[in-house]
Amino acid sequence: MSSGTPVLDAAAQRMHLADYRAADLKLVPTRNGFGEGLIEAGSRSRDVLGICADLSESTRFEGFKKAYPEQYIEIGVSEQMLVAMAGGLAAVGKIPWIASYAMFNPGRSWEQVRTIMALNETNVKIAGAHAGVSVGPDGATHQAIEDIAIMRVIPHMTVVVPCDSVQTKKAAIALSEMWGPVYLRFGREKSAVITTDETPFEIGKAQILREGNDVAIIACGILVYNSLVAADRLSAQHGIECRVVNNHTVKPMDEAAVVDAARSCGSIVTVEEHQRQAGMGSRVAEILAQHHPVPIEFIGVDDRFGQSGDPFELVEYYGMGADSIVEAARRAHSRKK
Amino acid sequence: MHSLTAENLTELKLKANDVRQGIIRSLLAAGSGHSAGPLDMSDVFTALYGHLMRHDPSNPQWPERDRLLLSCGHIAPVRYSAMANFGYFPVEELLTLRKFGSRLQGHPERVSLPSVETTSGPLGEGLAQGVGMALGAKMDGKDFHVWVVTSDAEHQCGLHWEAVLTGAKFKLNNLTAIVDRNFIQIDGSTEDVMPLEPFAQKYRAFNWEVFECDGNDIAEFIATAERARSYKGKPQVIIANTIPGKGVSYMEGDYLWHGKPPNAAQADEALRELAAERERILAHE
Repeated sequence: MSSGTPVLDAAAQRMHLADYRAADLKLVPTRNGFGEGLIEAGSRSRDVLGICADLSESTRFEGFKKAYPEQYIEIGVSEQMLVAMAGGLAAVGKIPWIASYAMFNPGRSWEQVRTIMALNETNVKIAGAHAGVSVGPDGATHQAIEDIAIMRVIPHMTVVVPCDSVQTKKAAIALSEMWGPVYLRFGREKSAVITTDETPFEIGKAQILREGNDVAIIACGILVYNSLVAADRLSAQHGIECRVVNNHTVKPMDEAAVVDAARSCGSIVTVEEHQRQAGMGSRVAEILAQHHPVPIEFIGVDDRFGQSGDPFELVEYYGMGADSIVEAARRAHSRKK
Repeated sequence: MHSLTAENLTELKLKANDVRQGIIRSLLAAGSGHSAGPLDMSDVFTALYGHLMRHDPSNPQWPERDRLLLSCGHIAPVRYSAMANFGYFPVEELLTLRKFGSRLQGHPERVSLPSVETTSGPLGEGLAQGVGMALGAKMDGKDFHVWVVTSDAEHQCGLHWEAVLTGAKFKLNNLTAIVDRNFIQIDGSTEDVMPLEPFAQKYRAFNWEVFECDGNDIAEFIATAERARSYKGKPQVIIANTIPGKGVSYMEGDYLWHGKPPNAAQADEALRELAAERERILAHE
């Protein structure tokens, strides 16, 4: 425990969080968690396959390739083929994981995803790497910030956006063992590891990481950490106590947790590294508009494309830094009746 | 050379005639759908279900069955009619084609009718799935064969050629593509819309073994497919040259019949022609 920081609250203890306020907080790319989870899934079932479209290092397929070479398939730069071929492999009993940058799969392959994976109900798993503007220097062509929207709209699809590398590993294992088409989204850059091996993880079950009754911050992906940082600032500087919800399963969303957050806190901020339109926050708004309308503020990219830059410089520039979350929470709080 | 007896061949010709009649009846009942492609592929589907494939209509999910994928889902009426005529479901069910609640969706859907193997309609996707099935079979040491029926025009899709590349990389000799080379597509001749020739050379350049035959001659198609199936070391393609609308004189060769069904009078005429053809088949034996 660093000096001068509050101890983890009861919610954080229940969730077995790491000390996310520590100066020596570990930073690990979420994609590393995918690589580790895939190796574990491959050891549990020889039917688990990794299919790669010329990005084995950056999607973290390399460890799996080394451990299970007979379960690894390389097909070159052909993302539509990734999906269609995986559909064929799944039809004969395999559990194929197909990985590329999210911009290309499902970005390029969306119709194949809809027809062959979802309408056809096959057990294909998509790993969407390099999601968000935090891809950094590669620029807008490689920064997927529309992928949650195009995946959550497809029937039968499960969409998971874990908060850190440890959770990404758990998600990769859990999704391998769950029957059905899935989309697992993660990022490129090193990001804060806020959960531990002991932290529970269940697909479809949102997690309260911090308690508070003034505003609920509902976040997914690596910005869950920024949300926790913002919650501390809101408490220390503005006397606003925030519940922070790790809403890792965008579809099917934990509607009870969302409604409970609205009832308990009376206002909401949603946080995601994605366009504000049609993403996780939009689903939260759909649920609350129907069941428990409260003021909502949305953190995300505001109908723009990304650009080259330092990953976290871009997160700040596009309004997804902790300070932006603080301001959004203050607005949400002030709008409460 | 092929493994057919004269009796087999007559039976198959009669079956192909039944399949064509089923197509006409189902399209008339549906009031929409494609005519030319289903009719021209009736001989190929009859040969597949009636002679070439390892399958069991009473056990459609038999794990050891050959897989038959219809990539060009819009010619579904020929697959449905062949399946009905070979015992997968009652022939009367063909009259539910394209109707609300039917298993016979306008384009095939595996979830409602599992024995179609996959959902298809968006073009250029079948061979890619066939590559996956054939590779999966090899990984598990299974000896079933994968057949993928494609249209010629879907060779204008990029994904199809990604599949051709991949099939060659993995030397999938347990995979045979069959091309319905009828030279028509919705907007006209394939060679006007987007030329495909030299067709066979494209496949050869991609390292596939190429076979060509008359796709409306059952004996010739079976002989060709048996040679293709036993080819070692490479995936194979059979370019089946067909006459669009084959078996119904006023449709034959006319691209305008690609995407429309016959009306009642046209269907009557088609069924009269097919009945007369049936008599000729019987008279010749």
